Amino acid sequence: MDEEKKIPEQLEQKPVEPKPLPVKKPKPKKDPRAKLYKPSQMLIMSSSPHLSTVDSVSRIMWTVIVALIPAVGMSVYYFGWAAIFMIVTCVAAALVTEALLNKLKGEAFTIKDGSAAITGLLLALTLPPSFDLSSAIIGVVFAIAVGKHIFGGLGYNIFNPALLGRAFLQASFPVAITTWTNPRTLVDAVSTATPLGGFKFEKLTTTFMDLLYGNTGGCLGETSAIVIIAGGLFLIIKKYADWRIPVSYLGTVFIFGGIFWLLNPSDYPSPWFHLFSGGLMLGAFFMATDMVTSPITPKGAWIFGVGAGILLVVIRLFGGLPEGVMYSILLMNAVTPLINRYTRPKYFGEPRA
Amino acid sequence: MRLPTFSRGVHPNDNKHYTCSKSIEILPIPDQVLIPLQQHIGAPCSVIVEKGQEVKTGQQVGSSEAFVSSPVHSSITGKVKEIGTFQHPAGGKVQMVLIQQTEEEDDWKLMPPLEDWQNTGNEILNQRIKDAGIVGLGGAAFPTHVKLAPPKDKKIDTFILNGCECEPYLTADHRAMVEQADKILPGMAIIMKILGVIDGFIGIENNKPDAIEVMREAVSRGGYNFKVVSLQVKYPQGAEKMLIQSVLKRQVPTGGLPMDVGAVVNNVGTAIAVADAVINGKSLIERIVTVTGDGINEPKNVLARIGTPFQEILEFCGGLNEETTQVFMGGPMMGLAQHNLQSPTVKATSGIVCTAAQGQPAEQALPCIRCGTCVSVCPMFLLPTRIARLSEMGQTAAAEELGIMNCIECGSCSFVCPSQIPLVQWIRLGKLRVGEMKRKEKEVA
Repeated sequence: MDEEKKIPEQLEQKPVEPKPLPVKKPKPKKDPRAKLYKPSQMLIMSSSPHLSTVDSVSRIMWTVIVALIPAVGMSVYYFGWAAIFMIVTCVAAALVTEALLNKLKGEAFTIKDGSAAITGLLLALTLPPSFDLSSAIIGVVFAIAVGKHIFGGLGYNIFNPALLGRAFLQASFPVAITTWTNPRTLVDAVSTATPLGGFKFEKLTTTFMDLLYGNTGGCLGETSAIVIIAGGLFLIIKKYADWRIPVSYLGTVFIFGGIFWLLNPSDYPSPWFHLFSGGLMLGAFFMATDMVTSPITPKGAWIFGVGAGILLVVIRLFGGLPEGVMYSILLMNAVTPLINRYTRPKYFGEPRA
Repeated sequence: MRLPTFSRGVHPNDNKHYTCSKSIEILPIPDQVLIPLQQHIGAPCSVIVEKGQEVKTGQQVGSSEAFVSSPVHSSITGKVKEIGTFQHPAGGKVQMVLIQQTEEEDDWKLMPPLEDWQNTGNEILNQRIKDAGIVGLGGAAFPTHVKLAPPKDKKIDTFILNGCECEPYLTADHRAMVEQADKILPGMAIIMKILGVIDGFIGIENNKPDAIEVMREAVSRGGYNFKVVSLQVKYPQGAEKMLIQSVLKRQVPTGGLPMDVGAVVNNVGTAIAVADAVINGKSLIERIVTVTGDGINEPKNVLARIGTPFQEILEFCGGLNEETTQVFMGGPMMGLAQHNLQSPTVKATSGIVCTAAQGQPAEQALPCIRCGTCVSVCPMFLLPTRIARLSEMGQTAAAEELGIMNCIECGSCSFVCPSQIPLVQWIRLGKLRVGEMKRKEKEVA
């Protein structure tokens, strides 16, 4: 055990006060060995590699927040003050909860890494604008405390904290949180399509619009798929999100949902409807791609996305709930460690069995 | 057309601008040199000179009976002043021979030149390579004569000369190719004659267009059949297995050696040493060293005698500036940090990089956020985060099951980790532990 303790120390860098090296001076003509033994300038020791990229955890997290700004902007555009109140409340609650838990656990403050802010923001975006603010705070506290810190903090959680918080709210306030599924007022907000929305849906048939009235309303972040896609693509280009997950998730929903539609178009919605309704875009680009809770292997990412896609369609078509994004991702989160284990890439030079 | 390359890998800033256009300068012969008895992979040499004995430049001062070993030579003319233990740049103190220059002269002890090498037996040529103390000069320092004598059942059909120099900062091989093509190509031809192969490739990263041009021109002028292959700039392009994949599209099997796919790879510096040994009868007592980085006042490529203390080379290059915080032997990706600048230049010293605290992970490592970036850059297709964690937890057997021994320690994983986890460092430790475990198992069995 003692040995275990010692080893990390060797890996750490031991900075020593650097002294300037004596400037070029005439070679001493005394005992030449004295020169060889002369202690050198104090240099910092480290173990290679001695270079690192500029990427850091906080840089990744804040970039995700930046990528969400368009979605936030659209929600404010559609829902006005309600959206602003909701988002500010949730983010603030997340930061306060994080700080309190840091204090409680006696660890360094981790607010700066941005992960708590993301949790608060994402949770806010999954809530209906009319949702009670105090209930939202309860959800945020649950997300940060139970979703993340109980497991050991950032990096150790199994489930996406924001979705776990939302699941908790869904169980606790089932009526309030599903108010948006039957929203008279919100229908107007969505249907008076914004320029962006109109442009996006132009090519689609009117049946799509009809279907849209029936099911989707609006969580704060579900309104404009195009801004969410833009933010998601930004993350993918920055390589802070694995492109395989949205591609496989959305692709599976489209194909699997499409099969049902082809079999019976009168009972089942079209695949386009599947893609652009509800919180699928937000889920696919910002929640399923959560690094901590999605597989680390490329093959695992495909399995994760396909699995979530199938679950989503099954829940939407046959489940008791109209929407399945949250549960499909949470269920795949649960099997992520297993996926990682069984999708080890073939080693370089390993025979293809 | 896309240039050939391997899968995955990283793109660190190459920072070769410091020295890539600077001609090789000859370092004045130092007053005294320290010749370590171990500068190679394999058995250390034993001393074959006595204290007070006069030695000439190129005279053996240490040798070994073992096959996997390489003799060491005096790099100056003088007297053996002491035989003792001194700081080795690769860490630890090892036995070295301290030689003091007696007079201002450089009296070479040459081996008989084998100018007519085309008609010399392969055993004689390979013996010469062994006697000259030639090891892989890319940095690994594996004895070259062992590489050139593969077991009979391994059919070698291709030789690749490694001119990638994928490590940031280093330009020793680059300058060698630009300035010494007339030595590199005969050296390569000698190696290929010993191996009995006809197909020869020269792999060079695309960031050295002048070297590619000079080599292509020299190949056609000399009437050689070698192919100069321009490769994508990507780290670790110069790793043997990656280079073979890039040039030949062959994958060295897991746990195997290049010879398992019929290939042998040598560094351009090694080819120069071979040509010098065979054609001129010179032992390996000097090498090109890139002295570079923002910590040195006058970055240079120098031709330095083996055994020259780093301090002396640094002084020749204007000395360290005040901001210098780290000095590495080799490049920043795989090089070794130095704390004692009296350490001697060894055969594996491809460069001395002096930096002013750049890229230093200042804060403590954060928890792994499972971003999978290390997985997406590992050229050996391992799961660095997983095996590093297992190694950290002391779960050596589990780490071995996940292929920890396949790691080539290129450091790409640690380089990209946003949490600054010392991944390759933990993996290195894990590899040592697996080795220990294997030895214990053998003892029990």
